[in-house]
Amino acid sequence: MSDITRDDVAHLARLARLAVSDAELDVFSGQIDAIVDTVSKVGEIPDDVPPTAQVVPQTNVLRPDETEPSLPRDVALAGAPAAEEGRFRVPRILGEEL
Amino acid sequence: MNELIDLDAAELARRIHGREVSSVEVTRAHLERIDAVDGPAESGVHAFLHVDAEGALAAAEAADRAIADGTAASALAGVPIALKDNLTTTDMPTTCASRILEGWRPPYDATVVTRLRAAGLVPLGKTNLDEFAMGSSTENSAFGPSRNPWDLTRIPGGSGGGSSSAVAAGEAPLALGSDTGGSIRQPGAVTGTVGVKPTYGTVSRYGLVAFSSSLDQIGPCARSVLDAALLHEVIGGHDRNDQTSVSAPLPPVVEAALAGARGDLAGVRIGVVTEFSGEGYQPGVLAAFTDAVRALGELGAEVVEVSCPSFAYALPAYYLIAPSEASSNLARFDAMRYGLRVGDDGEHASDEVMSLTREAGFGAEVKRRIMIGTHALSAGSYDALYGKAQKARTLIVRDFTAAFETCDVLISPTTPTTAFPIGERADDPLAMYLADLCTIPSNLAGNAALSVPCGRSADDGLPVGLQVMAPALADDRAYRVAAAYEAAQGATTPRIPELRALEASR
Amino acid sequence: MTATVESAPYTVEEVCEHFDPVMGLEVHVELNTATKMFCGCANRFGAEPNTNVCPVCLGLPGSLPRVNGTAVESAIKIGLALNCQVRERSGFARKNYFYPDMPKNFQISQYEDPIVFDGHLDVPLDDGSTWRVEIERAHMEEDTGKSLHIGGATGRIHGADHSLLDYNRSGVPLIEIVTKPIIGAGVRAPEVARAYVTALRDVLRGLGVSDVRMDQGSMRCDANVSLMPKGTSTFGTRTETKNVNSLRSVERAVRYEMGRHAGVLLSGGSIRQETRHFDEQSGTTSPGRPKETFADYRFFPEPDLPPLEPSRDWVETLRAGLPERPWERRARIQTEWGLSDEELRDLVNADALDLVADTVDAGAPPESARSWWVSYLTQQANAAGVTLPELAITPAQVARVVALVAEGTLTNKLARQVVDGVLAGEGEPDDVVAGRGLAVVSDESALTAAVDEALAAQPDIAEKIRAGKTKAAGAIVGAVMKATRGQADAARVQELVLERCR
Ligand SMILES: [Mg+2]
Ligand SMILES: [Zn+2]
Repeated sequence: MSDITRDDVAHLARLARLAVSDAELDVFSGQIDAIVDTVSKVGEIPDDVPPTAQVVPQTNVLRPDETEPSLPRDVALAGAPAAEEGRFRVPRILGEEL
Repeated sequence: MNELIDLDAAELARRIHGREVSSVEVTRAHLERIDAVDGPAESGVHAFLHVDAEGALAAAEAADRAIADGTAASALAGVPIALKDNLTTTDMPTTCASRILEGWRPPYDATVVTRLRAAGLVPLGKTNLDEFAMGSSTENSAFGPSRNPWDLTRIPGGSGGGSSSAVAAGEAPLALGSDTGGSIRQPGAVTGTVGVKPTYGTVSRYGLVAFSSSLDQIGPCARSVLDAALLHEVIGGHDRNDQTSVSAPLPPVVEAALAGARGDLAGVRIGVVTEFSGEGYQPGVLAAFTDAVRALGELGAEVVEVSCPSFAYALPAYYLIAPSEASSNLARFDAMRYGLRVGDDGEHASDEVMSLTREAGFGAEVKRRIMIGTHALSAGSYDALYGKAQKARTLIVRDFTAAFETCDVLISPTTPTTAFPIGERADDPLAMYLADLCTIPSNLAGNAALSVPCGRSADDGLPVGLQVMAPALADDRAYRVAAAYEAAQGATTPRIPELRALEASR
Repeated sequence: MTATVESAPYTVEEVCEHFDPVMGLEVHVELNTATKMFCGCANRFGAEPNTNVCPVCLGLPGSLPRVNGTAVESAIKIGLALNCQVRERSGFARKNYFYPDMPKNFQISQYEDPIVFDGHLDVPLDDGSTWRVEIERAHMEEDTGKSLHIGGATGRIHGADHSLLDYNRSGVPLIEIVTKPIIGAGVRAPEVARAYVTALRDVLRGLGVSDVRMDQGSMRCDANVSLMPKGTSTFGTRTETKNVNSLRSVERAVRYEMGRHAGVLLSGGSIRQETRHFDEQSGTTSPGRPKETFADYRFFPEPDLPPLEPSRDWVETLRAGLPERPWERRARIQTEWGLSDEELRDLVNADALDLVADTVDAGAPPESARSWWVSYLTQQANAAGVTLPELAITPAQVARVVALVAEGTLTNKLARQVVDGVLAGEGEPDDVVAGRGLAVVSDESALTAAVDEALAAQPDIAEKIRAGKTKAAGAIVGAVMKATRGQADAARVQELVLERCR
């Protein structure tokens, strides 16, 4: 069995910025534990198998350093929940990066 | 019922370009069909989240003018199409069937949308999906499930159940879907339509709201193999806006579909993947598949059995890789720049507003996968989970490589069962995940795969899909085999169900 | 529990009686490419907010990154200049954390396979010796947007009501250059830190890949400091001081942290691993928000970008194009121009070395080029309150002025007027000469006429000269110079006066 506890799920929810309710925690912890248990089958694979992160055949795909049109500012801000002085307005920010 | 909605895209295009019928008439017929069967959300097919009748008719008029002037942009100019609602469109909202993006109007078109417009196709609207394409039934849509036109109490597959049910119900002759673990092919199978996942990198992902970037691929949904090929050629090919886009020329899929339809598969070696049968497979599905194997042999193909033992790791690997990438891709939905914002009351700080918004804006399956992905990538479990899933991917690629050394294509049922009843697996994610058992390997390996209708299951009368898998950049092989099989099948099943009950209720 | 000693930090000498300092320096450099790292938006400092943004750098759903080839070349060049190896296969990775100024809530960076690694920089110290700083790695990543904190005190993050976000800087290419632990510098650790960042700045400026303006944030330094008790080799707990915005601050921040650590440790406390902020005013550091949890960035390979495999040919072409290292170039220039140590230092301190060198490259003799920049142009810069490089005249223009003097078109005095004209925006030196009519009057008949006119106007003086009092010629020369508005060659005028009075 995997051993995903309710506390683990609460921690994951915090990391993922999900304000999950206590009721959800109960449901999710059972489901996630069962899912992680199932997918842990990959653990059988020997360590010496090389990883595949993507299946793209090409390398060194580079863009020329030439400017392209940006969005007009009103378009950039059009979808914003709030905007002020040409900027995105957001609730106060606590401290630096986590 | 207007007969126009029962025609293939190729036939519609022929009549439109021959001035037998106008694009406006064809478009109007489909808009009327949508009006007749799509709503209400609680009981109709509910394939569409947004219908742009005005925009569609304007595009149809433009196509008619171009055809009259002899300047039609492509063979499919004037043919209507439905777009999965995870493709960005400047003239319609893009919601991904999520509350968190409800009403969002992107400032740019996806590359495939740009290409459709340039080719003169007529976008009808945006189709329903499992939220952010996470699911196999369309039940995870925040705006209610779509329904299978063959039986409105059943799922139309997922995540692209809106596109598949729109095509199956005659609401659109063509649609675009996205396939991360089977989201085009599995809905195609359960709705009796054709669904194609092209080789990874051959259709630009620019403007496809990412679920799992290394697996996502846009592809065609249609009612015939040729229609799918025609659409494939419109949307495919290199795009500088997607650096995973391959520069190799697109395989000649239309030519292959036409060649296949002539019905000769002599010299083609077809491998039956032995792992895809047995427990969990519905008898009626296996019987239909066995009939298909026999039919392919009668067409001259040499059919052999091949084993791909590492495919057993495909489902676990998929449910690690896709959630991992998704946990990162979906982090941007944070209430700061677009979309929903919850809790901005002057008291809550930004990170609290992020958490409250994401809690309110995402559905259960999305949250589950974000947390699984967050877990799989965490320092403590990366090696055992995400890292091992990458290794599984290597093994699956090797199995395909070995199989394609002896076979031109591989075949399997597209999905282990026919359409299951809405609600049946809703609370059991693991049961739901099994629907993609046969389709996932091709996403992990990046090769081409499609689903073509394969008769109906004797046990419930519902459509079954035949999956044809081909090597990367050899999509044409899958088209050839599928077209030959389709032609041999003939019109054994009515492709458009009557939706009698629904229409009778009007 | 942790004791905090914030008063009377130890001097570095006192610290080093008990401890050996260990430093790790992380420098972020914004590249001066035309466009951003992953999109075609202009990479430009100081534009109107949110005018250089697009779906990619705003992290809009569906957008995909596209790697800037010039940024990759710059990264390789930086690595080569720092004696690094170039990795045969590298790639991008996602660093996941939530922050409002980062639109995707992940940063595209590099993780286990930075494009260049394992190098060193031999750093000149004040006493003429060098200190080898080992380089761990340099990797590519993208910058974040900028937030403006509204309400509360003076735009500070604490106590603000809300924030306003500008994403013009979002996606600007960054190279992060990380040293290996710098051990054994002892009391010279603060100096080594400053000297390293100075040398790095000079190398990067020489490469032309960045504006390296610490004041504008195009070069930023984070200083990791820890202490290990003398005679041991186990690193102590480190702190990371951010927000160090000048070369002098690098030195001060390291010195302060060394003293603070020693104070805490010697009073029996322990150092908390944390991020600290340097305050320019007080020269002290203060702790950032404590991290509630250990930062788990959940790095994984960026699936939207294929790997990089720089070919040997590509790398060698870039290596062949590398400029001299600044201090090597300085030594060469000193010899070639015959400068004293003091003259060289003055040039460097005035930020004039490159300007003079470029002026020499444009054809001026070193002595004239140097003289223009260190005297007249320095005066003009001081008067205008700008730095020498900011002065609105190019080395090529200065070289042209020098040439005009050499060929006799301008006197030194006229040349200064031409320079004034260039600085005033009147165009190229030749335009100013024409526009202001400043060329030396070299037309003999015109000069002769002017001399005759002056002699006629002052017959008594003309008489004295004819009588052999040649000193009186000065008054006539002066009159001619005045009449020609200084554009005549005074020596030639003198000759003409004497000739006409013979
Ligand atoms: Mg960094
Ligand atoms: Zn941009």
